[in-house]
Amino acid sequence: MAVETILSAINKTLFEQMEKDDSIVVFGEDVGFEGGVFRATKGLQQKFGKKRSFDSPLAESAIIGGAIGMAVNGLKPVVEIQFSGFMFPGYNQIVTHAARYRNRTRGLHTVPMVIRMPYGGGIRALEHHSESLETLFASIPGLKVVIPSTPYDAKGLLTSAIQDPDPVIFMEPKRLYRAFKQELPDKEIKVQIGKAKTLKKGDDITVVAWGSLVREAEKAIKGLEDEGINVELIDLRTIQPYDKEAIAESVKKTGRLLVVHEAVKSFGPGAEIISMINEEAFLYLEAPPTRLTGFVITIPLPKGEHHFIITPEQIRSKIKELMAF
Amino acid sequence: MLTKKFDPLKKKIFQVLDHEGNIVDEKLVPKIDDETLLKMYKTMLLGRVADTKALQYQRQGRMLTYAPIKGQEAAQVAPVAALEKKDWMVPAFREMAGMMYKGASLEKLYLYWYGNEEGNHFDEELRILPISVPIASQVNHAAGVAYAAKYKGDKEVALVFVGDGGTSHGEFHEGLNFAAVTESPLVVVIQNNQWAISTPREAQTKAQNLASKAIGYGIPGILVDGNDPLAMYAAVKEARQNALDGQGPTLIEALTYRLGPHTTSDDPTIYRDDKELKHWEARDPIIRFKKYLIDKKLLTEEEDEKLQKEYNDYSNKTFKKVEKSGLVPLDDVFNYTYETLPKDLQKQLSDYKTYLESEGK
Repeated sequence: MAVETILSAINKTLFEQMEKDDSIVVFGEDVGFEGGVFRATKGLQQKFGKKRSFDSPLAESAIIGGAIGMAVNGLKPVVEIQFSGFMFPGYNQIVTHAARYRNRTRGLHTVPMVIRMPYGGGIRALEHHSESLETLFASIPGLKVVIPSTPYDAKGLLTSAIQDPDPVIFMEPKRLYRAFKQELPDKEIKVQIGKAKTLKKGDDITVVAWGSLVREAEKAIKGLEDEGINVELIDLRTIQPYDKEAIAESVKKTGRLLVVHEAVKSFGPGAEIISMINEEAFLYLEAPPTRLTGFVITIPLPKGEHHFIITPEQIRSKIKELMAF
Repeated sequence: MLTKKFDPLKKKIFQVLDHEGNIVDEKLVPKIDDETLLKMYKTMLLGRVADTKALQYQRQGRMLTYAPIKGQEAAQVAPVAALEKKDWMVPAFREMAGMMYKGASLEKLYLYWYGNEEGNHFDEELRILPISVPIASQVNHAAGVAYAAKYKGDKEVALVFVGDGGTSHGEFHEGLNFAAVTESPLVVVIQNNQWAISTPREAQTKAQNLASKAIGYGIPGILVDGNDPLAMYAAVKEARQNALDGQGPTLIEALTYRLGPHTTSDDPTIYRDDKELKHWEARDPIIRFKKYLIDKKLLTEEEDEKLQKEYNDYSNKTFKKVEKSGLVPLDDVFNYTYETLPKDLQKQLSDYKTYLESEGK
């Protein structure tokens, strides 16, 4: 057992998997010598050499497009996009190729690869460093999208992503990178992609969150039981394909649903989840399924960001509103 | 080194066979055995005939949108002929004849343009990547394929095709730069057919030629008469060897011309004049290669006519077979999205099947 943060868990997992599978290559901007701007890949080049862990040119399309070619020719690329807000030059490759190669060639060429990227706000960063863009990946057929919220899940989901036969977008809540620690086994662990985790059982209302907002939701529901509100909290963990059953079963029990995400509201994952609940659990509802999300605005720079970031107080207030419906 | 001798900055064009089919300089003739020469010619001719037929099928309402190759047969067949079997071919979308030389069947290629993904499912050992429609994006894939080859220590290269319009794209730059800096074994052939739909080459770049862009990547570049199969073969052969020797990529600009429309939806008479077309028709790669082979006593006019007829019948027979292939089964349009169909997709499929059954379909 070792005590790990999300960041160190990702680093350990990369070491562990590269040790095990020499087809794994890790590259991206500043990923090699420095170990990435957040140090997620620290030490890999020193241990495995420049061939397996290297600094790519500053070019997201080459990082992702190159990874596609490597995957076709037998490698397992695990690439890093420095911040999710910079993925757009590579988005063409993700959408028009990575997601489609299997289908385009009727299964002849596949592109098992992992695209890691830190995402989300709350770190007082410059423009383009704070976006939550999971919506833009989750609506693309052929991709899988995962977001861990704990060191354990970071390790387990990254292991599963690396061993997955399809391209996986691995979004890392950078606000939580070093926020807290967890004891993790030294051996390989896997968390199934597509499986949510119920963090707390409850009968009154279902709250679904992922990434850094899971921690905010945990703070929000603390003490609510004393007020007679028993929340069931679900960490979605995989955004696509997501665990419909876990949410639907929970809402059938509680009759109430609140989806919390930092991605902007319009056409976001919350809209999808609530539509699904309308289809699967309509007759069980006791209040309108509701979203608490990022406003549909450009995420503000640090001096205005506090207006955007969702707080535990806001979550608690929304829960009470739904309970009073 | 051809790339030293023919400096694109000095506007030198590498040519072995002039447009009348005469050898320009005996010393430049690459060593190609007779069997390969004939295979090259036959594939170019099959490409020409199958291409002409495809346009006809489309005009008859039997084929969907199709991107013709007419005039560009040498620029794509000769580079593939210079490869070894284990090398990779990464096409754009106007390389039907080149893909056939690599081993793709006409049936598969017709099937693709007929609207069926199975047309991109080639035999694995052919090492052909699928047709790539987003302009120049395949250059990055080829760079990755080449990196992996080097990583594994496999003595193989990737050959990628891109058009003149594609050289304006960021993907072209990123892919070339990545391959150059990682010294990956990549050969890049630009089929400069002078027109990106209706946009002339002059509107794409201020550079005097596309081969000179190699300088910015620190790699060799060469401007080649793309309608000269011998020059294209020699240029790619040298680039391949350099790549295997650890020298990284080479950029080869094939000067050629699209004698037909961009696709069947295009009318080139709107934007280019007849004089230009006539100029290039006189430089047809098939005419000059045929003369060369006849002079070499590898081919006769009678044999050539027989081949044309044979390919005409073969194209008709193949397309009829493709027309009988019918519609894609429902399961197939779902089953290749992921390796295993996620639960929600399973449900979408089964709900749709239930609906079809309820309608008696």
